Amino acid sequence: MLTIDRLTLQLPYYPRWWRREWTTCIESLSLHLPPGEVHAVVGASGAGKSLLAYAIMGLLPQAARVAGELRFQGEDLTPARQRQLRGHQLALIPQSLNALDPLARSQHQVRWAAQRAGFGRSAAHQRADELLSRYQLSHASTHYPHELSGGMARRVLIAMAQVSNARLVIADEPSVGLDPNQRDRVLAALKAIALEGKAVMLITHDLRHALTIADRVSVIRQGQALETAPAQAFQGQGEQLMSCYARDLWQALPDNAFSTHPFHPTHQEPALA
Amino acid sequence: MRLTAWLASRLLRLLLVLLSVAAVSFGLMMLSPIDPVDAYLGPQMAQVSPEQRTLIAERWGFNAPASVQFHHWLQQLLSGELGWSHIYNQPVSDVINQRFQRSFFLLLSAWLLSLILGVVLGIAAGSKEGSLLDRLISGYAYITASTPTFWLAMLALLLFSVTLGWTPTCCAGPTGVLSQEVTLLTQLHHLLLPTLTLALLGVATITLHTRAKMAAFMRSDTALHAFAQGASRFDIAWRHGLRHASLPAVTLAFASLGELFGGSLLVEQVFAYPGLGQATVAAGLRSDVPLLLAIALFTALFVSVGNLIADGLYQWADPRIARDRTNE
Repeated sequence: MLTIDRLTLQLPYYPRWWRREWTTCIESLSLHLPPGEVHAVVGASGAGKSLLAYAIMGLLPQAARVAGELRFQGEDLTPARQRQLRGHQLALIPQSLNALDPLARSQHQVRWAAQRAGFGRSAAHQRADELLSRYQLSHASTHYPHELSGGMARRVLIAMAQVSNARLVIADEPSVGLDPNQRDRVLAALKAIALEGKAVMLITHDLRHALTIADRVSVIRQGQALETAPAQAFQGQGEQLMSCYARDLWQALPDNAFSTHPFHPTHQEPALA
Repeated sequence: MRLTAWLASRLLRLLLVLLSVAAVSFGLMMLSPIDPVDAYLGPQMAQVSPEQRTLIAERWGFNAPASVQFHHWLQQLLSGELGWSHIYNQPVSDVINQRFQRSFFLLLSAWLLSLILGVVLGIAAGSKEGSLLDRLISGYAYITASTPTFWLAMLALLLFSVTLGWTPTCCAGPTGVLSQEVTLLTQLHHLLLPTLTLALLGVATITLHTRAKMAAFMRSDTALHAFAQGASRFDIAWRHGLRHASLPAVTLAFASLGELFGGSLLVEQVFAYPGLGQATVAAGLRSDVPLLLAIALFTALFVSVGNLIADGLYQWADPRIARDRTNE
């Protein structure tokens, strides 16, 4: 469904007034997402996970420098094609709850997403009601975002990403700040999307919970994909994992050894986060 | 129930504001070098002996302390008696009534025009920051924002009335025609240039504020999410931006009623339009104390009601504020 081949992303910064330098946020990253799978992208904050999502959606700032190849359903994903497919074939569940318009009711937010996905006015209305009830939000359809709980707002965002039957759904930290019950519901909803035959990219720093639904896991560090392993490889002492970082990440989980490796002192943040 | 309580508290506050304005303007009048007897007599000043002057002053109670005079004036005010305007030789309430009716259309049309134009231009400019359209609109707004009203009015008068002859040079109707006989169309023709001049200046501030709000919104997570849904820039500006950006615009428009009134003062003066603004200038220059005080109070009322409406509208347009209030 989606193939990322040696993607490199650089953003400009200005150390002094007139000097421009480039910082490399993603470096030669390759991934392949087949349909029907949840692919977890795990890494610490600042590893370039969200930028990867924006690069796929074509939402990077104009100044960004991108190299490498993105292919979606066998064809090159050019900026023009990204514009065309956004909201139709590509859907993003954003990380921030601020992504909901604070001045619009839940039903309107979902309905507008449906209209943007090509539904007519009344069809969009119907589709919005249908999705709100699928995510147990019917009672909240006239609520404004500030009247929703974190979990409810998260589900509104998921509903909005679902209006179009997009083939690829990118979920950026969807379980952040949720209680265990709400988190499981959100993850179950994502798994259900994959079971419909769509590809789901789950961007997270929470390896433990990602493993409950992921088929495969890519570990990202400083913009580089260190390793892509099947979810089953994360077991025991992590003997099946190839990179030290992934193994340390696995070992550092509270359920496991809860250990931080002596010779990789900088690698411990992801598990703590 | 809450609404009535809110309204009652706001009205009480309004009353206090009016009382303060009355006290301050009365105090200013007492301190001003205008002698009320001279002002009353006008050109006949020379024909009146000092004895007669003291008689007048005594009869009018000018010998009494300021607090007693203020009390007296306030009592008259509360019974609806605003006094007599000596420059128009009419009761002050009649002058304000007639003049405000004329000014009202000027103010209302200029206000609406600047609000609508300002919001539209601001949203158009802010929806794509740094674009050619944005640079053109902001450039225009900065230029008009820094233009003095009276100067613009004079230029407009020179160009459209004197050189091109498209619009009349003065007044609310043609000279030598009774005001009852002036048709609506002629009235509108006379209003055209003052309105446009006044509106042009209001447009600039509203445009700049709306643009700033809109530009910030286009950088927000909400806008990015809308782009991710495949929305076009226009779609985002229309569905989300309008509501976000109209909040400051509407508040600003109601809060700037005072500036609008101040602008009308200058514009009416330049175009010799017989409205309330012109009456204010006349009252000030020719020491018509009762008229000036009444206009000060009336303006305060006008601006305060504007702010009251702005507060009410804000709650209506932003659900977060309305909710905060019910939680109180």
